[in-house]
Amino acid sequence: MAIQPQTESKILTREPVINDFAFSVATKNGSGSQTSNNVLVMSLFRMGIPVNGKNLFPSNIKGLPTWYTIRASKDGYTARKAVTEIVVAYNDATAPEDVSNLPPGGVCITTDKIARVINQREDISYYEIPVTKLMRQTKVPSAFRKLVENMTYVGAVAQLFDIPLDLIYQVLLDNFKGREKPARMNQDIVELAYHWTAENIVKSDPYRFERMDGTRGKIMMTGNEAGALGAIFGGVNVVAWYPITPSTSFVDGVIAYKHLRQTEDNENTIAVVQAEDELAAAGIVVGAGWAGARSLTSTSGPGISLMAEFAGLAYFAEIPAVFWNITRMGPSTGLPTRTSQGDLLFTHFLGHGDGRQICLMPGNLREAFEFGWKSFDIAEALQTPVFVLSDLDLGMNNWLSEPFDYPNQPISRGKVLKAGELQAFIDEHGKWGRYLDVDGDGIAYRTVPGTAHRFAGYFTRGTGHDEYATYSERSDDWIENMTRLRRKMNTARGMLPQPLVDAESEADIGIITFGTNDDAIREARDWLANDGIKTNYLRVRALPMAPEISDFIDQHRSVFVIENNFDGQLTQLIRLEHPENISHVRSLALGDGLPLTPTWIYESLKEQEG
Amino acid sequence: MPPRTNHLGLSRNEYRGRPSTLCPGCGHDSISNQLISMAYELGLEQHKIIKVSGIGCSSKTPAYFLGGSHGFNALHGRMPSVVTGALLANTELECIAVSGDGDSGSIGMGQFKHVIRRNVPFIYIIENNGVYGLTKGQFSATADEGQFLKYYGTNHMPPIDLALEAVIAGATFVARSFSGDAKQVQALLQAAVRHRGTAVLDIISPCVTFNNAETSTKSYPYGRDHEIPLHEIQILAPDYVHAQEEIKIDDYEAGDIIDVEMHDGSFVRLKKLDNEHDPRNKRMALDVLERSMREQIFSTGLIYYEEPRPTLADTEELVETPLAQLDEANLRPSEAVLDGLMRQLMAG
Repeated sequence: MAIQPQTESKILTREPVINDFAFSVATKNGSGSQTSNNVLVMSLFRMGIPVNGKNLFPSNIKGLPTWYTIRASKDGYTARKAVTEIVVAYNDATAPEDVSNLPPGGVCITTDKIARVINQREDISYYEIPVTKLMRQTKVPSAFRKLVENMTYVGAVAQLFDIPLDLIYQVLLDNFKGREKPARMNQDIVELAYHWTAENIVKSDPYRFERMDGTRGKIMMTGNEAGALGAIFGGVNVVAWYPITPSTSFVDGVIAYKHLRQTEDNENTIAVVQAEDELAAAGIVVGAGWAGARSLTSTSGPGISLMAEFAGLAYFAEIPAVFWNITRMGPSTGLPTRTSQGDLLFTHFLGHGDGRQICLMPGNLREAFEFGWKSFDIAEALQTPVFVLSDLDLGMNNWLSEPFDYPNQPISRGKVLKAGELQAFIDEHGKWGRYLDVDGDGIAYRTVPGTAHRFAGYFTRGTGHDEYATYSERSDDWIENMTRLRRKMNTARGMLPQPLVDAESEADIGIITFGTNDDAIREARDWLANDGIKTNYLRVRALPMAPEISDFIDQHRSVFVIENNFDGQLTQLIRLEHPENISHVRSLALGDGLPLTPTWIYESLKEQEG
Repeated sequence: MPPRTNHLGLSRNEYRGRPSTLCPGCGHDSISNQLISMAYELGLEQHKIIKVSGIGCSSKTPAYFLGGSHGFNALHGRMPSVVTGALLANTELECIAVSGDGDSGSIGMGQFKHVIRRNVPFIYIIENNGVYGLTKGQFSATADEGQFLKYYGTNHMPPIDLALEAVIAGATFVARSFSGDAKQVQALLQAAVRHRGTAVLDIISPCVTFNNAETSTKSYPYGRDHEIPLHEIQILAPDYVHAQEEIKIDDYEAGDIIDVEMHDGSFVRLKKLDNEHDPRNKRMALDVLERSMREQIFSTGLIYYEEPRPTLADTEELVETPLAQLDEANLRPSEAVLDGLMRQLMAG
C-alpha cells in the first residue's frame, strides 16, 4: 500500500515507478485537448489501471489556460494529488509556472517552441516535441489542424510511458461513436508522434504504465451523468432547467438517456424544458410536483439563489420536487468553473420563514446514481423538496466506480389518495383535510389534480392555512402547522440515507465530512495510520442530521470536521444541532476552488493534533 | 322549486367557491362570477380543472370560484411556470389562471412572455386595473400616462399594453374586455376554453378603492362610457357544423360575419360592429391595439386569433397517458437495461 505522503517524493530514487504517478496537462481552453485527455484516461482505464481525470478549467470558451490532471494509482486512490510528477506543457502562457511546479525528478513534455520560453531546470527531464514540423507531415486539412494538434502529446506519452497504440485507437473509435474517419485522423497523429518520439527521444525518467487488473468490472463516468441516470431509473417525468456550469451536463445526461424510458411508439415519458431562467425552472418543477409528476431541476449556486422563493413555498405548501445543486464557488459568478462545498448552509435553510430543507450529499458515483432515484421516493414520501448537494468535482469529472446497483425497492409515491382511497379516508375519519395528520408522523395525505372525487380539490397557498387547507391567519393554526412540519422533519431523519461510519478501531480521533472529500480522506487516513495515528470516520449523507452523529462526536477525544469551503459550514451546523460538549470539535475547512488533497488533510490534521 | 341544473345535474351553486374577501364592487368578483357561469353553462367537470394564480388582489380570486377544483395561489409573477409544470404533469387538465397587471406586467413579465412562446394551453386572465391594491394604491405598469393618483402623484411613464405584448410574444388567442361587460366576458371565456393554446384575456377590471375616478381609463365610469366592442360574439356548439347550411344571417352582410372554428369543432361567430377588424389578421390586431393605446380608445373583443401551433406537450412528444398517472413499468427501466448499460461502460 502506498502510504507515503506525496510531498516526500521518491522520485530521485530512479527506481521504476509503475502505475503510481500523476500528470498535469496544460493547454489552452478550446484547443481540443478534451479529446486528447479523455483518450489518455480511458486508455489507462482499459489497461486495468485505477485512474481519475480532473478538469481544472477557466470560465472561458477559447484561449485561457486550462489544466487536466490524470492520476494513475495502482492502490486505487483517486483523490487529486497536490503535486503531479509529469506536466504536458502545451500552453506557452503557463509553461514557466507549470515547470517550476514540478518536483525534483519530474518530467516536462512540451513543444519545441514553448521550450524556448522555459527556464531549464537541471533536476527534471525535458522532452520536446516538434509539433509544427510533425503537423506539416500530416494530411490533416488545415481547418482541423489546430484541433488535433494535441494528439501529438498523446503519441509522445504513449511511447514514453507504454500505452499500446491499438488500445488508443479503440478508445478513439468509441469516442467518435464508431466513426472511423475522425478516429483514423486522430490516430495518424498519435502514431506520428509515437514513432518520432521512439526515434528521437532518450527516456530519462522512471515512470511507466503496465497492464494490471485494477479496473475489471468497474466503470468510469461523471457524477452528473450518474445522477441523471439515477433520475431516469427514479421515474423522473418533468425536468426544467436553465443552462449553468457545472450543472448543464446533468440535463445533457437526462437527454442522452431519456430514450431508455420511451414507450414502444417512441413517445416520451419525460419532458425536458429549458426555461427562461432558474426561477421559472423552479416554478415548473413545483407545478409538476403539485400535479403528481416526478420533477427535477439541476442548477448551481446562482440558480439556487433564484429558486429560494419557490423552495420556501414548496416546503410550506408541502410539494415534492428534486433540486440538484452542483455546487461551485460563489457568490454570483464567483469562480464559476471551480468546485466548492460552499452552499451547504444556504441550501439547507433555503426559503424565508422557518424551516429546513432536506439535503442529500452524494460522495461518489454510486451515491450520485442511488440518490438520483431515491430522491424522488423521499420527496414524495415527505411531500417536500429534496436538494441533492453534489459539486463540480463529482459532477463534471470522470470517476472510477463499481457499477451501479439496481434500485432495491419499488417506486413509492407516498401518501397520495386516489378517488376510492379518499372515500375510504372520509368513511373512516369523517372528513379529509390536506394537512390533517392522522398518522402522527407529520405527513398528511394529499390528492392530486384530476382525482375524480367531489371532495378531492383543495387550495394550495403559501399563506396560513388550517388542517383543511382553508385560509387562516389564526396564530394557533399557524403554530399547529409549524409544529407538524417539525414533526415531519424529525420523521425525515430516520428515512434519509444514514451516515457511513468506519469506526472499527479504538481510535480517539474522529473525522467527520460530507460529499466528495471521501477519497482524499481515505488516503490521508492511511498515511496517518502509517504514522501511528488511528482515526475513526463518519461521512454525513443527509440533512437534517441523523442522531448517530451526536454519538460519534461524544465517543471521540478529538473530532475534525473536514470540508471544502471557507467557513466550515458543516462544523457550524453540528454546533447548532449538537450544542453541548463540542469544544473538541475542530474545523478543517479549505475553499480554494480545488478538490481537497490528501496532503492538505494529512498535514492540517497533524498540525492541529500537535 | 328545485334549482336549475346543467347536463351533469349540478346547480350553479355547486360551482361557487368561498366568499370573496375583495372590496364590495370589485371588478374581479364579476369575472369570478362569469367563470362560475361559464363552467356551469358548459357543464365542466371541476376535478378536471385547475385554478392557478400569482399574488395580488386578482390572484386571490381562484379561491372564490369552482370550489371543487384544485387551486394553487403561487408566487408573485410566477403563475405561468407553475401552470407549465402542472400541465406537463397532466395534459388532461384544463387550467384557468388568474393574474393581474402587477403580476404579469411587472414582476412576471418574463414568465408571461415565455409561457406564451411555449404555447402552454390554458386560459390566462389578466384582471387589469392599473393599480396595486393590496399595497394601497401604487401605479402599475399598465397605468395611463399623465394620470394622477394620491399615493404617487402623476405617472409620467407610458403604459405597457399586455394584449399587445401577448400578440408580439406569439399568443394565438388574445382578447380584451371589460369586467362591466358581463355578456362579452362570458362569450370570450366560452371561446377561450375551447382554444388549444395560450388564450390571453386582458380584462379591464376596475379597482373601486384606488383607481375608479372617471378620469382613469381603468374605471367603471370610463369603461361604461367608452367601451367600443369590435364585434358581437356568439358561440356555436360543435353540432352546429351539421346544420351550417341552414343558418340564416339576419341583419348582416356575409362579409360582416367571421366564423372561427375552434379545436373542439365549435365556432366562434363574430359579427362586426362598424369596423373592418378581422382578428385573423395580425397586422390589423397590432394596429387596433397600438391605436387604442395611443388614442386611449377602449376597443374590446377578440383582438387576435390564429390556428394554434403545437402546444408544449405536443413538441415534447409526450405519451398520451398523463405523466402523473404512469405506473412503475413506464417509470423505471428493467434491471437488464441497467446491467447492459453498466457492461458497456466497463473496462473489461
